[in-house]
Amino acid sequence: MRTFLIALALLVVLALVPADLTGLGLPYPGLKRYGTYILTLWLVTAIAAMGVNLIVGYAGQETLAQAAFVGIGAYLTAIAGKHGVPFGISFAASGLLTFVIGIALGFPALRVQKHYLAFVTLAFSVLCWLVFRNETAITGGVMGLRDIERPILFGLKLRNAQTFYWFVLAITAVMTFVLWWIVQSPWGRAFTALRENPLRAESLGVDVRLYTLLAFALGCAYGGMAGSLYAPLVEFIDPSPFALGPSLLFMLMVVIGGSGTFAGPFVGAGVAVLLPEWLRAWETWYLLIYAALVMIMMALFPGGIVGLARVSVRKRQP
Amino acid sequence: MTDLLQLLIAGLATGAIYALAAIGFTLLWQTSQTINFAQGEFVMVPAFFALIAMKLGIPYVAALVVAILMSMLLLGAAFRYAVVGPLLNRGVLPLVISTIALGIILKESVKDIYSAEAQVFPTLLPDRNVTLLPGVTISLAQIGVLVVALITIGGLQWFLAGTRTGRQMQATAQNPTVARILGVPVERMILYTFLINAGLAAMASILVSPIYLAKFSNGETLGLIAFVAAIVGGFNQVRGAIAGGLLVGVLDNLAAAYVSTAYRQAIPLILLVLVILFRPQGLLGRKEERAV
Repeated sequence: MRTFLIALALLVVLALVPADLTGLGLPYPGLKRYGTYILTLWLVTAIAAMGVNLIVGYAGQETLAQAAFVGIGAYLTAIAGKHGVPFGISFAASGLLTFVIGIALGFPALRVQKHYLAFVTLAFSVLCWLVFRNETAITGGVMGLRDIERPILFGLKLRNAQTFYWFVLAITAVMTFVLWWIVQSPWGRAFTALRENPLRAESLGVDVRLYTLLAFALGCAYGGMAGSLYAPLVEFIDPSPFALGPSLLFMLMVVIGGSGTFAGPFVGAGVAVLLPEWLRAWETWYLLIYAALVMIMMALFPGGIVGLARVSVRKRQP
Repeated sequence: MTDLLQLLIAGLATGAIYALAAIGFTLLWQTSQTINFAQGEFVMVPAFFALIAMKLGIPYVAALVVAILMSMLLLGAAFRYAVVGPLLNRGVLPLVISTIALGIILKESVKDIYSAEAQVFPTLLPDRNVTLLPGVTISLAQIGVLVVALITIGGLQWFLAGTRTGRQMQATAQNPTVARILGVPVERMILYTFLINAGLAAMASILVSPIYLAKFSNGETLGLIAFVAAIVGGFNQVRGAIAGGLLVGVLDNLAAAYVSTAYRQAIPLILLVLVILFRPQGLLGRKEERAV
């Protein structure tokens, strides 16, 4: 009950962040268009990062293709939108398609050694990027697809940055709840058992491979659905944000936030989205600084920011 | 037919370079369970050591030696102690993340410190065509690449199988605990593996840079090909990595000639997927107990 109230309070605060409160007599002018855009981008990134967290933090696998799955969702939604398909359908289709691809990739890879999934996703990531870039007739190639329409919800246009933010926030809240429910369910507890002691989990009748496979596919689906929101958010897509580099950054962001913790992906996505804004002045040095921070963090606090926060809270109350 | 023969020889030459990168990758994995996601960058960087040395006025051959030594110092010893060392007992994920981050650091430093442009890199032998058989001409540079790579691989095989240290390294790779009981200095053997990996990466760098030019972003493709070669050949085998490297090199060259250049990069990846589907232990690999 307490968790539920905290979550509700957080949701209300998040909903109010971009809003202009001066009309209510409060001295808070809200965020400008660009600020709202960054906030929406944070939510979309966090959805994809939640998927990575499920794969990395709970199922103990490695995925190097999350950006490619985001790309599949984004291209599917953009192309379907141009043919007049409603957003709801493309959103569901993005999730379903990436789920199925996840099963198809994960099934053979998980038969073998632990790291094979990393290599299969690595290969898949590059293959997707080649298709995005080369199939000019469908994807627009390096020129990309422009003028992607924002969805219309029950006749309500979501063209406005703030309305669209609320729309994305609502979807994020639902998806977060679903993931929380999965992690808390017996199904999700099996994951924790798996991570803590795979041998014991297996001896207790947990089908390790099936659970890992489903976790991977579900994580991919979160990527696909994030992509489905990403396309109407940025309104223009080209292959570069779906290349191998961004996929690697997804891994880094989840671990920086704290893999295997529920808040980790949100913190990590926040760092990944906001840091480039703050380090604007550093320009090309930004990635270098970021990667160096990640390495130092891995050596000193492998639990990520959330893990670090937990340790410091525990220290304060002995 | 003669076209095919030329393509095959060119393929073997690039394949031998890929094999160098794949062998180091496999060795690291065997002895210290380190999956080096920065392996591609390890092959990209040494060429820039050589370029910097040449800028400082060091002659070509000496610059290559400097590049190999710098690579062994920084990408071998420093990598072992500063990056892998603190993470060895922390499980796999922190190490994976750290090598990914290291790859980004190496790539970005070359771009920011040296140049974002592709750099011309001199060849070992002049790029002159010689006629082998009537109608079959190959560039001397390619023969040079093939010979040097094969000598390096042969030397390594001799070292691993024919010397005491080499056999101790193999023992460490197969079973560190037993090796330690039998008096093998396991720590030192692991360091040697890191040094050898860096040396092989530097050799690959010197050989590949004249062909593809030296560029900060080369690591992505090279790393991917090294992974593919290692897995296709058999992850737990040095000779698997050699076979995998040669196969990928030949396929890559054939694909560039007969398949569209746009999808040339896709061929090794499709090979990887096929191998994982139908022969997951690799072409030359032994079946291993499945990791839980």
